[in-house]
Order: sequence, then C-alpha cells, then structure tokens
Amino acid sequence: MEQRLFALQRLSAMVMAPFVLVHLAVILYAIRGGLTAAEVLGRTQGNPWWITFYSLFVISVGIHVPIGMRNILIEWGRFERRTATVICMLFALVLLAMGLRAVMAVGGRWS
Amino acid sequence: MEMNRQSLQRTLTVRIDRGAGPNNYATYSVPWRENQTVLDVVTEVQRTLEPALAYRFACRVGVCGSCAMTVNGKPRWTCRTHVSQVQEDGVIVIEPLRNMPRIKDLVVDMSEFFQKWKKAGNTFVGTATRNDPPANVSPQSSKRKKADAAIECINCGVCYASCDVVSWDKEYLGPAALNRAWTLFNDERHVDTKDVLRKATSGSGCNSCHSQGSCMKHCPVSLSPTGSIAGLKKSALMLFLKGG
Amino acid sequence: MKSARNHKAYWAFLGHRLSGLLLGLFLPVHFYVLGMALEDSQRLDQFLKLSDMGAAKFGEWGLVLLLSIHMCFGLRLLALELLPWSTTRDARLSWISWGGVASLAVGVIFLVRVVA
Repeated sequence: MEQRLFALQRLSAMVMAPFVLVHLAVILYAIRGGLTAAEVLGRTQGNPWWITFYSLFVISVGIHVPIGMRNILIEWGRFERRTATVICMLFALVLLAMGLRAVMAVGGRWS
Repeated sequence: MEMNRQSLQRTLTVRIDRGAGPNNYATYSVPWRENQTVLDVVTEVQRTLEPALAYRFACRVGVCGSCAMTVNGKPRWTCRTHVSQVQEDGVIVIEPLRNMPRIKDLVVDMSEFFQKWKKAGNTFVGTATRNDPPANVSPQSSKRKKADAAIECINCGVCYASCDVVSWDKEYLGPAALNRAWTLFNDERHVDTKDVLRKATSGSGCNSCHSQGSCMKHCPVSLSPTGSIAGLKKSALMLFLKGG
Repeated sequence: MKSARNHKAYWAFLGHRLSGLLLGLFLPVHFYVLGMALEDSQRLDQFLKLSDMGAAKFGEWGLVLLLSIHMCFGLRLLALELLPWSTTRDARLSWISWGGVASLAVGVIFLVRVVA
C-alpha cells in the first residue's frame, strides 16, 4: 500500500510539473486588466485542448493532493494509517468530482 | 589581585534534564576552563556534585558514540563537543537523546533503535563457505563505493534522535537502520538484495523519509542517511514498477 | 529541539509541506468557484469582480507564490530521489535557494501584471 501510494505520488508529480508551468503562465497572462467570466470562458469554452489539459490536471491533482494530505494526517494529526487512508480517499473523490465539474463548467458550452 | 580572583571564580552553568516532574532541570556550577568538553563537564558534575547522575560514555575520544546527548538542543557526541563552541552566555543545557525512552537522567533505552535496525533486514547472509576463496570485491566498483560511503556507522543514535519523522511516526525505521540497509543492498556478497528492499520498505520504511536532512546534518562521522535512503527509494521504486 | 531544525533542508521540507497543505485546502474552493460558470457566468462574474479587491489580489499573489514554491521544492525532491548524487552529501541544497528565487520572481511578475 505504502509503496503504491509512494509511486503514485511521484508519478503524478512528474506528470503535473509541466501542467503547473502552463497554469502559472496562463495565470500571469490572464490577470492583466482584471478577470472577467467572459474573458476566461472565451478562452476555454468548447476548446478541446483546454478540456483535455485541465481534465488530466484535475486527475493528477486528485491523486497527488490526497496522498500528501494523508502523510500530514498521520504525522501531524496523529491519525491511524487506516483512518487517514479512508479520509483521504474520500477527499480524493470530492476533488475529482468538483474538479471535473469545474472542467465541464469552464470547458462546455453553457451560455 | 582582585581580577585574578574573579577569573578563577568564573563558572559555567550546567542545566541537566533529570526527568520526572515539572522542575526536572537541575542546575550545577562548574569552573570555567578554556579547554573542556561537555563530557568533561558531565563527568565533573557526577564526580564532585551529584554522584547519582547517570550518563553513558566509553572511549572519551570520539570513536565509540556512547556519549551522545542533546546539548543546547542539538544531538551530539559530548566528548567531541567543546564547551566553548556551544555555551550560550555561560550556560549549557544537557538533555538525553530524543526519540528514545529515558532510563535515568541522561541515559536512554536504545532497544527500539536496535529492533528497527534488525527489522530493516540488516543481517548479512553470504553464500560462500569456508572452503571458498574470499570474495573478490573491487573497492572501485560503483556498488562498493556506495556501500563504503555509508559503512562507517557505529549506531550512536544521533541521526535517530535528530529525525522528526521518527518522533512523528512510531513505526518509521529511522535513518540509521535504513542507511545500513543501503550498505547491504550494495553488498555484492549478500544473498538476497531484493529482500533488503522489501524489508526497507516494510511498515513505515524508506518511503516515509521526507528528506528533511537532519540526520545528515548531525551525523558525527559525516554520513548521509538522506543519500542512502534516496538510493533505497529509487531502487525500491524500480523494483516495484518492474513487478517485484 | 528548535535549533536542531534550523538548517536549509529542513526549511525546504517545511516550505513544501505547508505550501502543499494550504494549496490542498484551497483547491475545493477553487473548483467550486469555477463551477459557478455552470449555473450562469453572471455569478462567476460577480465573484471575479470581488477578486479585484486588494485583499483578494493579495490572496491570489500568495497562492501563486505557494504553487511556485511547492513545485520548485518538489522538483528538488524528484531530483534527490531519482537522479544519482554526485557525493553522498549533495542534497542539492542550492536548489532550495534557486527555488526560492524563482518563486519570488514569479510573484514579482504577478504583481507587475496586476498593477500595470
């Protein structure tokens, strides 16, 4: 279990590094002159590249973040390993659900 | 004349954690000497001021690791710590090593430290018999260089005491045990090096290390469990990905 | 044992863990706000207008810093764990300073882009 989580943590980190760079670049580009929904959605709606990019980003994040949080729960929160695992798996599901919903929201054509 | 008396009377304040109760720090005063080690001071306290003070030492010359204690917050060998290097405003604070239960005063129980040493799979098992010639291990081979760089550990416990993961996670094998596992993993004479990786990752093993580097920072013989553990992590990851 | 923790590699650990923790707690909020685009983009617009406030911009700047720090210190860990070490003691401590500098640079660029 620990070995599997360790491997997933490092692999998701490697996958995400370029995503984070792109995300930071987009942020630095987009904040000029303030953010509006029209601007953001104008870039992202119906765009298959954004949808793919952010879906992969959300999935990687949904794996990477809960595993990291689990370590914090065990070491700082003094939780039992099993309890920490359950809490973090739930957190992973929440992140994946909310994240993919956000991708649909921003990538799909709703207006 | 006045000045002579004053310099003769200059003292070092020694606060020693003797455990048990709220006022567990006992304060002693020993003469200030330009050239003394913390072990000298502890010895003087025990011989002249407090015969019941318990502490460990053996060689007194920095080769055995027995005298390890926490001095002004840092784990170190007291025989190799000059008072002048660590005293703060004429005070030194001496406590037992962290992460090990106290037996009395400055003496700690190292049983768990050694149990974890065994758990990390550190028993060498060879395949040769007495009738075989000695193994021809080249000191220049990359494996032997890696093992040699980590082999000088004498189990003093300073790295274990400095490690936060050890204090946060009772199951964590700790830097010394894992450093040793790395030397065995790189020992070409050892019969089952894959098993070393399995043991090093069992329970809370090498993957629990967060590379805080306190072990490397405080090791009195400049070893690097951080480096050894990084090596174990990589080898274990490769083994895992290959289905081992 | 406070002074025993006062060294570079420990600061890197703390920076990486705390930034990860804060970012991880922020993410559900982030996803929730973005999800507002589903209901109607007006609600998202209202929120984005709020984010023009100084306090919000400061928060965004902080998050950008946290993300940069987390990635830089994380890349150092990947290097430690996957690449060979030149010496047993080469814990790539210089990466910590460079990571800090790079993160501050990103922070400065963010400020310039917001203000300019």
